[in-house]
Amino acid sequence: MLVLERRAERSVTAALVSPLVAIALTLVTMAVVFALLGKNPGTVLYVYFIEPLFDSYSLEEIVVKATPLVLIGVGLALCYHANVWNIGAEGQFLIGAVCGSWLAVKTNGADAGPWVLWAMLALGAVGGALYALIPALCKTKFGASEILTSLMLVYVADLVLDYLVRGPWRDPKGFNFPTTAAFDDNATVPILIEGSRVHLGALLALVAVVGAWLLLSRTIKGFEINVVGAAPRAARFAGFDANKLTIFTFMVSGALAGLAGIVEVAGPVGRLQPAISPGYGFTAIIVAFLGRLNPIGILIAGLFLALTFIGGELAQISIKLPLDVTRVCQGILLFYVLACDSLILYRIRWVQGRRATDAAH
Amino acid sequence: MGGVMVDASVAVAHVASGRAPLLKAVAITKKFGDFAANVSIDLDLYPAEIHALLGENGAGKSTLVKIIYGLIQPTEGDLIWQGQKVVLAGPSHARELGIGMVFQHFSLFENLTVAENVALGLPPDEPFAKIKARIVDVSTRFGLPLEPDRDVWRLSVGERQRIEIVRTLMQEPKLLILDEPTAVLTPQEADQLFIVLERLKSEGRAILYISHKLDEVKRLCDTATILRGGKKVAACNPREETAASLARMMVGSDIGEVKAAPSHTVGNARLVVKDLSVAPEDPHGVKLRNISLEVKGGEVFGVAGVAGNGQDEFFAVLSGETLTADNGKIVIDGHGAGELSISQRRLLGAAFVPEERLGHATVPRMPLSDNALLTGYDSPDMVRHSFILKNAMLSVVDRVTKAFDVRKAKRDPEAVSLSGGNLQKFVVGREILREPGVLVVCQPTWGVDAGAAAVIRQALIDLAARGSAVLVISQDLDELREISDRVAVMFRGGLSEPIAIAKADRETLGMLMGGSAVEQAEKEVAHAGA
Repeated sequence: MLVLERRAERSVTAALVSPLVAIALTLVTMAVVFALLGKNPGTVLYVYFIEPLFDSYSLEEIVVKATPLVLIGVGLALCYHANVWNIGAEGQFLIGAVCGSWLAVKTNGADAGPWVLWAMLALGAVGGALYALIPALCKTKFGASEILTSLMLVYVADLVLDYLVRGPWRDPKGFNFPTTAAFDDNATVPILIEGSRVHLGALLALVAVVGAWLLLSRTIKGFEINVVGAAPRAARFAGFDANKLTIFTFMVSGALAGLAGIVEVAGPVGRLQPAISPGYGFTAIIVAFLGRLNPIGILIAGLFLALTFIGGELAQISIKLPLDVTRVCQGILLFYVLACDSLILYRIRWVQGRRATDAAH
Repeated sequence: MGGVMVDASVAVAHVASGRAPLLKAVAITKKFGDFAANVSIDLDLYPAEIHALLGENGAGKSTLVKIIYGLIQPTEGDLIWQGQKVVLAGPSHARELGIGMVFQHFSLFENLTVAENVALGLPPDEPFAKIKARIVDVSTRFGLPLEPDRDVWRLSVGERQRIEIVRTLMQEPKLLILDEPTAVLTPQEADQLFIVLERLKSEGRAILYISHKLDEVKRLCDTATILRGGKKVAACNPREETAASLARMMVGSDIGEVKAAPSHTVGNARLVVKDLSVAPEDPHGVKLRNISLEVKGGEVFGVAGVAGNGQDEFFAVLSGETLTADNGKIVIDGHGAGELSISQRRLLGAAFVPEERLGHATVPRMPLSDNALLTGYDSPDMVRHSFILKNAMLSVVDRVTKAFDVRKAKRDPEAVSLSGGNLQKFVVGREILREPGVLVVCQPTWGVDAGAAAVIRQALIDLAARGSAVLVISQDLDELREISDRVAVMFRGGLSEPIAIAKADRETLGMLMGGSAVEQAEKEVAHAGA
């Protein structure tokens, strides 16, 4: 039978291999799912994961989709390192979009100058951070589980956005569609590659990756985050304040999610409307774990998950697969990532005969 | 050495008494990769006999015991239980046969109650109410008081050990294995345990007793097997040996005695606690009552006491993990520190070593260099402009390693991979190398082998001799008498008047630890009256 043996030290090889194993298992499982749907698994996998890589439009779109995933995922990694479970990045993303859009709506048509965009980005980040402060304070003041509060606030944010675009901010010339007017050029993120939709946000995401990597691996603040997450009592002994850190990580990740939100509406979408996110805030949770909570890993994981979005769209068009298959694929991937993580601390060994399973005693 | 001869005489004694061994381990060898933890070890355990297993950390005691308890399989060799060869499928199989074990590191679920923890180790068909009744029954029968409904996380180390012993006894083992059981007990608690063990022995059970404390092995055990470097180096009757001869067999050479400090002057008070009373954060914690003390520079001040009398709370208040309402209640080198955080107290020159090595003093899964940073980050040499300096951290690890002989597999391993003694040397060394003016240390040699304990105690004495004030909270009276200048006893959150060490005999301290000083005084008055 198979037994799990605890390793004396964390295995570096397993830490690198585990996400790859998870991806491989996901592909196998997806092939089975496709076969059950009556499609040729080989063809679908090709359309899903290979075809986008040979098409410049698809490659650009992967970067566009990866931008918010990486921005949010990096922030979430900070939280998760500290054992702070922010599940509500989607809500912080939406509120960031709303806060930044407020300025775009107010200055619409006024030709206010290039400062508008920068102010919008700042407002988006601040909005996201303040929205994330709510579950942080509920946890530190009242001991409320941040998993529940942050998640529930996603639906609040969704409804706030919905109300605004259907009510006060609706474009008067928009034929009653629930959207704001298209943003002015001054309120739009500049495009990096001519003729594509790749925008400034991609650079911001790279800056966030490098910044978070420096923070986590080189600074005392990053050390504090890791210690509070790994051993709360040792953190208290060291003199680190877990409550302050909960607020810090929540606000930083909220700011990054908010920034991702405003960049998204001021970039590829171009206006505030209800469907601005295909669930970036939730997919970013998978990105964070697939990237081993390491900023560089998150960059790669973000690109991979963006691929599943693009591949899903292609498969929808050419093979008539429902878009929900993409969600299934992402869910299966998270499942395998978490399962494979146990290989970092444990090794699998094949033993003959009857063996104890009660390792506790 | 005469190990073989002694061995033969022990064997002869058993042949004469005509008893068969309960468990016979024959030529047990265990290899982990290339490393041989046990090499061809023989061990015979007889009913109604207390058998000591002696050896330094890393001698292979734990491996051998884990094999006997079915936790790991030997690479070679056989176990013969009551004359029958057995292959243990696991601990539950060992328990079915009648082998019970009390571990040094407890495996208790902190969020469950005493009774729930016990129930987890028993077959699932027994009604919970009956389990509770049996706990009360066994614990009173053996004099190990336990409240079945208390949450484990509220209990002291000594109380937790009682759960482990009681839950093992409830399985009515024929062979009981105890790993360093007295490491956390006071003399009175240890005496109580010895009564329990003698009783189990008289009931015909075999006991395998692992310990570093040679005096208690001499007092309690009928035979001893001594391991060194994975091999059995001697078997003897400990009563015919001296503590020194046993130690020599264990270590392979003479071990250094702790040397008294060179004569030095005792200076001004560097750590002062003034009439400190603190209500516990935890409703089941101990309230500290009117504690006052002064530790002078150049002095080692011992705080004795049975586990769970407020030592944890006192340490937390001294370190700043719990803050006091009045800044003047704690004074470090003339500065009021009662409201200062632990970092600010460190900046005043104080250092702290908590009882738990893993999870409190260190982050188990972080390398030693990160654990050096844990208490050293507020000094400027390891952090510059909020960036951490890895080389400075590594050099601290190297300096501690050199000064305290920390043995480890590589330069910067994870804390959890070190043995207890070596990790404790690191944790104490980390603080001492900072040359603190005030050092507060809790249970400095808990579960640590003789060699490491001697190094740590010597370091504490030498630190005081250099002018620092050292406060040692310990349940090990021998330790306190070896290193302290004055001792006070903690009882139910209060602290006795300090006693000069020359006057602090076992009896006096024992009485204070049981809180009977007051009763005793009353009795004497009554006697005088009669």
